[in-house]
Amino acid sequence: MPGHANPGFDTLALHAGAAPDPATGARAVPIHLTTSFVFESSEHAASLFNMERSGHVYSRISNPTNAVLEERVAALEGGSGAIATASGQAALHLAIATIAGAGSHIVASSALYGGSHNLLHYTLSRFGIATTFVAPGDIDGWRAAIRPETKLVFGETLGNPGLDVLDIPTLAALAHDHHLPLLVDSTFTTPWLMRPFEHGADLLYHSATKFLSGHGTVIGGVLVDSGNFDWDAAAAATGRFTELTAAYDGFHGMVFSEESTVGAFLLRARREGLRDFGASMSPHTAWLVLQGIETLPLRMARHVENTRKVVAFLAGHDRVARVGYPELESHPDHALAKRLLPRGCGSVFSFDLKGSREEGRAFIEALRIFSHLANVGDCRSLVIHPASTTHFRMDDSALARAGVGPGTIRLSIGLEDADDLIDDLKRALKAAAPGKR
Amino acid sequence: MKWPVVTDAGSHEAYAYSGGKAFDAQLPCVVFVHGAMHDHSVWTLLARWFANHGHAVLAPDLPGHGRSEGPPLASVEALADWLLALLDAAGVRSAALVGHSMGSLISLEAAGRAPARATRLVMVGTAYPMKVSAALLDGAREDVAAAIDNVNTFSHASLASKPSHPGPGTWLHGANRALMRRMQSGQRGANLFLNDFEVCDRYGDGLAAAARVTCPATLVLGARDQMTMPRLAVDVGAALHAETITLACGHAIPTEAPEALLAALRGALVPAQASL
Repeated sequence: MPGHANPGFDTLALHAGAAPDPATGARAVPIHLTTSFVFESSEHAASLFNMERSGHVYSRISNPTNAVLEERVAALEGGSGAIATASGQAALHLAIATIAGAGSHIVASSALYGGSHNLLHYTLSRFGIATTFVAPGDIDGWRAAIRPETKLVFGETLGNPGLDVLDIPTLAALAHDHHLPLLVDSTFTTPWLMRPFEHGADLLYHSATKFLSGHGTVIGGVLVDSGNFDWDAAAAATGRFTELTAAYDGFHGMVFSEESTVGAFLLRARREGLRDFGASMSPHTAWLVLQGIETLPLRMARHVENTRKVVAFLAGHDRVARVGYPELESHPDHALAKRLLPRGCGSVFSFDLKGSREEGRAFIEALRIFSHLANVGDCRSLVIHPASTTHFRMDDSALARAGVGPGTIRLSIGLEDADDLIDDLKRALKAAAPGKR
Repeated sequence: MKWPVVTDAGSHEAYAYSGGKAFDAQLPCVVFVHGAMHDHSVWTLLARWFANHGHAVLAPDLPGHGRSEGPPLASVEALADWLLALLDAAGVRSAALVGHSMGSLISLEAAGRAPARATRLVMVGTAYPMKVSAALLDGAREDVAAAIDNVNTFSHASLASKPSHPGPGTWLHGANRALMRRMQSGQRGANLFLNDFEVCDRYGDGLAAAARVTCPATLVLGARDQMTMPRLAVDVGAALHAETITLACGHAIPTEAPEALLAALRGALVPAQASL
C-alpha cells in the first residue's frame, strides 16, 4: 500500500521530481526559460563539461524544468530516468539512433502509427537501418524476423488502427532470449493504464502531445529507460551494442555502461543524441506537460468511463457494423486486454459505419461536439475519417490491407458529458443514413 | 581496469573504475568503496572529479558485485583484507579510504588493520553497530525483490533530489532499484542481498578497529537518513575523533547529494581546494 514513504501514483503525478524552489520558495515548478546556466568558475565549467559534476550547461542538453518532467514520467513508469524530446517522433528517433546505425535492423509491429511507420520504412532505410514489420500477434513471425544485426524489437502497447494489444510479456521474453531490448510506444495507454516495464519492456516512449499533456496545446515526447537491460551482457553474448559498451571517441573515450551501470542508454542518448540531433523540448512545453500530468489520474479515469459509455452506445446501434475496442468480447485481443489492461483500454478506438466513404464524410460533417482533426488524447473529443483524410490516396482494397474500411471512423473520447457525446453521435449517425443526404 | 587480487578466497579478477583516466599509482590515491547491493557506479561523479584533480582513483566493484569476479565475501574483515590486497595489486602503498554504508565499515576495518596505509578515512552514511532488522533479513530470505523495494524506499529522503546523479533526468529511486536488481541478478544461486546485509549486521569489531586508526577521520551523515541514523554514528565518531558533517539528505548520499558530498570530500581530502 502506498504511504508516506512509498508514494502512490497520484502522489507521484504531483510531486515526483519537484520540490519548492530553493531560490524563491515557489511551490509550482518554475519555467526556466533560459538557454544557458552561469558557471561558478572556470573549474566548475570544466567539471560540468567533463561529467565530474551534475548540473545544467545548455538547455538543448538539459534544463531544470525539463528535468522535473523527466523524473516525473520516469517515476510514474517505474523507470530509472527519462529524456524529454521535441515530439514523440523525436523520442522514437532518439531511442533508435542511440543504439542503431547503418547496417542495423529493427523488428517492428506492423500495427504502428503512420508517422512511426514512415520513419522506419522510408526514412531510416535511407540511412541504412532496415526494418522488418510483423503482425503484432504473430509471435513466430517476430522470432523469424530477428537477424544477427537486429538491435531492437518495437511495438505499440495498443496498435494502430485496430487497437491490437501488444503481448509485452511474450515479446519481452523473446527479445531477451536474443539479447535484444524491447521498446514500446506507450502513448495510448499512459502509465495510468499500463506500466510496460512491469511486463518486461526495457524502453518506452510517449508522444506527450497526447494524454500526458492532455489539452491539445503542445508537441512533445518523453523517452524512458527502465534501467533493466544489461547492455554489457548483451554485448558479451552477441557483439552488439558497442555504442554503450566500448569507448566513445565523441565524449573523451567514455564507456557509457562503465559510467552508469543502469543509466548507460540515457547517458549516450543525452550526451550524443540531444547534443548532436538537438531535438530537445522547450521548457515552456515541459511545464505545460507537467500541468497535464498533475491531473492525469483524474483525466484517464474519466476518459475510460466516457469511452465505455460511447462504445456501448455504438456497439448497439444498427448503423454501426463493428466497434474495435479490446474490452468487447468481439475484439481478437480481448483476453490479453483483460490481463494487461485491467483499468481500461484507453479512449482512442475506431468503428465501422455501414456504407461507403460518402457516409463516412456525411457522418463527420454532422458532428457538432467532436472536432474533426488529426490528433488524439485531447480533453476534447476528436474524430477523423481515415478514408477521406490520412488514407485518402488508397483505394478500397489498399485500405482493407491497412485495416481500414471506407466507413471506418476513429474517435478520441474526451472529458465532456458522455450523454452529450452520445447525442452528438446519434445526430451524426442519423444524418449519415441513406436517404437523409 | 582489472587486477588479479589474491586473498584467502583465492585469486580473482577485481574491477575498479579509475575516474575516466588511466590509473597512476604515483599520484595521491583515493579509494571509493560502495555499499550493499551497489557497484562503483554510485561514485562516478566524485571519482571523475578526483581523477581530474590530481588524484589516482580506485572505485572497485566488491567481489560478487558488478564487474569483479569471485564469490561475495561474508564478513567486513574478509572484505577489508580484499581491499588491502587490491591496493597491493594496483601498486598503491597508501590511500584515502572513502566508504558508503557497508563500504564505510570495510574502509574502517581496512584502516584499522593497516593504519599506515590509510591517509584519511571518510565514512559516508554510516553507523556502528550497523544492525539490520530481523524482519528485513527474514524478508530477504523469502523475497529479495520486496526487500530491495523496502531498502530503496528507506534509502531516499526526497522525491526531488537535485542535481540528479549521474545527471539531470535520472529518477534516483528507480535507478537505485534497477542497480540493486542488477547486482542480485548477477548472482546465480546466491542471495547477495542477504549476504551484504548480514555482513553489516554481524560486524562487531568497529570500535576496536577505530582505536587502531591513526589517520584523520571524517563522518558524512544524512540528516534524514532512515537506514543509518546519525545518532547511531556518535560512538564510532568519538572513537575516531572524527569531524562530523551532516548533509540535508537521506542514506543514498553519493547519489542524493553529490554536490554537497563533493564539498565535504574536498574539505577532508584537499583542504586547500575546498573553496574552489
